[in-house]
Amino acid sequence: MNAQVPVIAKPRAAQRAMRLVLPVIVFAAGLIAWELVVRLKGIPPYVLPAPSIIILTLIKDWAVLSQSLETTLATTLEGFVAASIGGIALALLFNQSKWVEYSLFPYAIVLQVTPVIAIAPLLLIYLEQQTAVVVCAFIVAFFPVLSNTTLGLNSVDRNLAGLFQLYGASKPQTLRFLKLPAALPYILGGLRIAGGLSLIGAVVAEIAAGTAGAGSGLAYRIAESGYRLNIPRMFAALLLLSLAGIVIYGVLALVSHLVLRRWHESALGKEN
Amino acid sequence: MSADRTSSAVETGLTHLAVSLRGVTKTYGNGIMALGPFDLAVRKGEFISLLGPSGCGKSTVLRLIAELSAPSSGIVRVARHEGEVQPGHGIGFVFQEPTLMPWASVRENVRLPLKLGGVPKAEGRARADAALASVGLADFADSFPRELSGGMKMRVSLARALVTDPDILLMDEPFAALDEITRFRLNNDLLALWRALGKTVIFVTHSVFESVYLSQRVVVMTARPGRIRADIRIETVEPRGEGFRTSAAYSDYCRKVSAALAPSYAGQLTL
Repeated sequence: MNAQVPVIAKPRAAQRAMRLVLPVIVFAAGLIAWELVVRLKGIPPYVLPAPSIIILTLIKDWAVLSQSLETTLATTLEGFVAASIGGIALALLFNQSKWVEYSLFPYAIVLQVTPVIAIAPLLLIYLEQQTAVVVCAFIVAFFPVLSNTTLGLNSVDRNLAGLFQLYGASKPQTLRFLKLPAALPYILGGLRIAGGLSLIGAVVAEIAAGTAGAGSGLAYRIAESGYRLNIPRMFAALLLLSLAGIVIYGVLALVSHLVLRRWHESALGKEN
Repeated sequence: MSADRTSSAVETGLTHLAVSLRGVTKTYGNGIMALGPFDLAVRKGEFISLLGPSGCGKSTVLRLIAELSAPSSGIVRVARHEGEVQPGHGIGFVFQEPTLMPWASVRENVRLPLKLGGVPKAEGRARADAALASVGLADFADSFPRELSGGMKMRVSLARALVTDPDILLMDEPFAALDEITRFRLNNDLLALWRALGKTVIFVTHSVFESVYLSQRVVVMTARPGRIRADIRIETVEPRGEGFRTSAAYSDYCRKVSAALAPSYAGQLTL
């Protein structure tokens, strides 16, 4: 029955286990080497802290760091939601009217190619700090959503479009039953990129804001610890940021997989 | 739009004709004349094949009849049946590819024309299931297109075209991508459906054998711009079965149609 789906040989369980085990071994080996070098050479923690010290710092400073993590995650989430809604809405608008697309698309590109680190200080002047940080996350993250959604909406099968025309589908019907489902894999791909980017946007804005005054996100903690030469805490905050990025990516990839698994090619390889 | 087309069909007294094209031409935006002038009259309930080299405007004829594109000149008339207006206005279209929505189940794919036409969900599902049963896919309503073979997808596409109970079935090289054995089987099933349902079928193909096997009339077209070179009636004992495929009459007709087709590709540069 699955004549058209290429039969992929199932990797043996051992092989699959190796794919998990090998990176873990490399990671562990790296940590041990790091720990050994620091201890044997007697490198002071303010130059390079050992992994064990970073973990201890993470536990010791958890009260401060967890609050910062919460702040940064909240900013990231707000930026991500704004970018998703804004990007998809703008793409839909472009799709409805060529004139709007021609008028606005160049500015979306300008916004995308201008480094956000250069825009952040300006935003901090004109906007309230919390708003400015969210806007930064939005600016960085919305473009992939916009361009992917636009691409998806334009990738509708020509014959399917003809079929909708033949049966007299209205514009909203064509959008809802044809264009949006056809664009869904592209939209989800855009969101997956946007998730990581909104974290970057939030971090950039926090660092820019941090130099301007108050702030409590993880990026601010990194900047602050840098001034105080509290290098272990810098590493601990960095570790948390990196973990947050991985979790965001993982969650979005999982959502994408669950949504598409019944029909889209991208989700098939893992199951068959 | 549909209303005045219905009235025009009545006014011109197309009582026995399903489709009539008179002096129709089609020139595309790039200045290439794809068709015509082209005249064609198809009786109600007739099964005709349009046969010709690629690029001769066969598909254009179907698109004109389905109102998916407008003629550059000439008149296209399609008889509409009386009574309740159905989605697609009495026309079902089967494309060369199955053209299914990969994100929707087989049943939802077949129900699509009814959904777009505002038919209530329960009724639509029942009619979709009936259409699926008529093409032998009753057990696959909940499957997704990717889980089906090429021949089964084509059957789903056929079921979708039939679900609105159209008077006219337009088929654009529907079996071209299938292997020969699957194609033979679908040919037989299509003939059985046509006999049972009495629809008008306009079947575009580039296979001499398929056109002779299926149709009552084979219309052979010239290379671009497409015109009618020959209009050959296939007369044989009905209902046709596999016996016809191996009969002497069948090979005679194939020879005749091939001879009519030969000038269309001999010495011509058609890509």
